[in-house]
Amino acid sequence: MNDSEKLSSELRDIKQMMERSSRFISLSGLSGISAGICALIGAWLSADVIERNKSAVHHLKRTIENADSILYGDFIHSRLFQIAVVTFIAALVSAFLFTYRRSKKTNVPIWGITARRLIINVIVPMITGGFFLLALIKNGVYGFVAPGCLIFYGLGVLNASKYTLPETRYLGYGEILLGIINLFFIGQGLYFWATGFGLLHIFYGAFMWWKYEMNNERN
Amino acid sequence: MKNPIENLNKTFDSRIRLGIMSALMVNASINFNDLKELINVTDGNLASHIKALEESGYIKVQKGFIGRKTNTIYLATKAGEKAFRNHLDALESIIKNMG
Repeated sequence: MNDSEKLSSELRDIKQMMERSSRFISLSGLSGISAGICALIGAWLSADVIERNKSAVHHLKRTIENADSILYGDFIHSRLFQIAVVTFIAALVSAFLFTYRRSKKTNVPIWGITARRLIINVIVPMITGGFFLLALIKNGVYGFVAPGCLIFYGLGVLNASKYTLPETRYLGYGEILLGIINLFFIGQGLYFWATGFGLLHIFYGAFMWWKYEMNNERN
Repeated sequence: MKNPIENLNKTFDSRIRLGIMSALMVNASINFNDLKELINVTDGNLASHIKALEESGYIKVQKGFIGRKTNTIYLATKAGEKAFRNHLDALESIIKNMG
């Protein structure tokens, strides 16, 4: 019956509007993949810097036992810190581009009530973590920086998952778990970093792309 | 048995009004511009439907300021939430009976 179809589509519209107005659904899986690739490149460059600059490694290793031997400023200006900042910006920009592209495709405005909520919820745990990590660096406790990044990022993602595609929470759990394990393997931070920010993002992004976007791309 | 079609609320007999109510059911409050973008309608169209819902007592309007700019937000009232839920139940039961 035609009426039944009309009413069903009305119910579907209502459900869709509730979804659209409460969750940021334009987040693209490709954003996860590109951020992951940036992280892997960053980790590879960092490994290269460490490899080539043995004295820097020596320096860093010594600081774990003897916290006062390196000044905060030395670390800020070090090559590794620069790589980290560039990696972070590249990951952010590439992630934004793919999500922007998807929002154009699905015809959902990128900036609105849901985007604002998502950003606030991811940013509060991350800024808190940022201050915490700066304080750690200031006190020379470098070994906890990598697990700290993973844990606070994981908490931010978990918090934000309520306001975007729900599967995002598994990415949050994964990052937190890796961060906690890393706490007991201090000194292996780079490997955990590469796994958490690189591989985990790529797996997550590929899954999300497969689940939500693959069919739409073909049409 | 009473015809379930009678349980459908005439006030919600418009896609735009349904959109407004759906969005306000899952959000504590939404401002005019966000609502406009969500539902994808013109200012005038949205305003007239908001007016109708407000007159039925289903939504509340709160005018405020952000700096010097006016910021008007909309909230669903208790009566509005109840009416909308009843409307959804009626829709569902009609579809079930037809199926």
